[in-house]
Amino acid sequence: MSDEMIPSAIEQLIPETIRLKNEGYRFVTLTCSVLPEEGWQIIYTFDRDYEMVHLSLNIPRGQEVPSLSPVYWAAFLVENEIQDLFGLRFQALTIDYQRTLYLEDQTQEPPFGRQPGKGD
Amino acid sequence: MPQSIIPFGPQHPVLPEPIHLKLTFEDEVVTEVQPALGFVHRGLEKMVGIRDFQQIQQVVERVCGICSMIHGMCYAQGMEKLMGVEVPPRSRFLRVVWSELHRIQSHLLWLGLFADSLGFESLFMECWKIREKILEVNQATTGNRVIISVNVIGGVRRDLSPGQIDWILRTIQELEQEFKAVQSVFLEDYTIRKRTIGKGILTREQAYSLGAVGPTLRGSGVALDARKLGYAAFNELDLEPVVESDGDCFARLKVRLREVLQSVDLIRQALSRLPSGEVQVKVKGFPSGEVFFRVEQPRGELFYYIKAGGGKHLDRLRIRTPTFANLPALLTILPGMWLSDVPAVVLSIDPCISCTER
Repeated sequence: MSDEMIPSAIEQLIPETIRLKNEGYRFVTLTCSVLPEEGWQIIYTFDRDYEMVHLSLNIPRGQEVPSLSPVYWAAFLVENEIQDLFGLRFQALTIDYQRTLYLEDQTQEPPFGRQPGKGD
Repeated sequence: MPQSIIPFGPQHPVLPEPIHLKLTFEDEVVTEVQPALGFVHRGLEKMVGIRDFQQIQQVVERVCGICSMIHGMCYAQGMEKLMGVEVPPRSRFLRVVWSELHRIQSHLLWLGLFADSLGFESLFMECWKIREKILEVNQATTGNRVIISVNVIGGVRRDLSPGQIDWILRTIQELEQEFKAVQSVFLEDYTIRKRTIGKGILTREQAYSLGAVGPTLRGSGVALDARKLGYAAFNELDLEPVVESDGDCFARLKVRLREVLQSVDLIRQALSRLPSGEVQVKVKGFPSGEVFFRVEQPRGELFYYIKAGGGKHLDRLRIRTPTFANLPALLTILPGMWLSDVPAVVLSIDPCISCTER
């Protein structure tokens, strides 16, 4: 399994994703992590012929991220999951649950908003 | 035409676990579907902040109650890759044996549920009766029927004695004979064919672009099977993905039927080539770095991302389960279906909500 990790930027994300789709890559998933220095990292994973490619994007807190769902419609589900669990927001999400995919309306704090293991 | 909305689930006779689909109809035809999740979400990924990386092995085995061994194998192999651990060859082949036993029992469970969803009670019971043979092997060889907990970072906890190997070979021989009788019912029964052929068609292009996996993807003609990545000992076994091209419920059914027999063959291959020696190596130190690992669950490709910073706790564990990947495909094929076909089409992706709500 050789995996390629490509650093990306918010303005490059959609053009790079379109390029990957045009090259025949299949959407696998998004992986969001809390960064120690106030923000998030999202790894966008794609696959073609058993070879994965990952786009890595660092997002400062308060910054919105363009949704992948206009390019890969299937991304809407994991993007809604990330909105619920991490609290960051996606722009132009094709189906936006407004943070109620998993959570109740009254939930204030995203479960992964805090560092794991602190106060849990 | 006036529209009506019918809630499908979270409690429904064909759903063993809770998921809600808000179905919009014109007459009796589905025009729109919106899923709702979160009824049993457990937040297991967050457990990495509480349990150390060795204890997480037991946590991931509880992501799914049906394919727990394969979750455990994916995590263990991911950690071994991260920590640079070379496991004994015998353990790699034993992983193939137990994971293919898991695939058989999972497919038989689904086949029974699918027969039940069509009102075929006796076929349901026959499938689950055959499944019992696998559960008995699991219990005898590992101590548990489903959550068998054989994987450990560094190999497997259990070994098979020559007597157990002979017994497993005899058992899968009997299973194969009984299964072939059941298979012919699934393939030839008038009602099953009538209710599955041409229903819930997912084209090859749709399946690929929607990120579908497993039998849902292969039933649409795409030959992708994560076992071809060669994890465990699959790189040393003869294996070709089972593919059907029609993309309907019947095609997905045929893929799973053929995969049961493929798993029987893989178990025979693995046992016939089982090397001698140890089954586990001791792992020292703490993991550091990040790794992606994929395996093939009964429902499709399972994806793990593990990130560690050199301590006893992982920084991040991300699990993308196959049902999560197959939900967009389900939402795509339901519009245009008659209400009466919805239960069979929903079940045709073999939804596992326990996995989805990890």
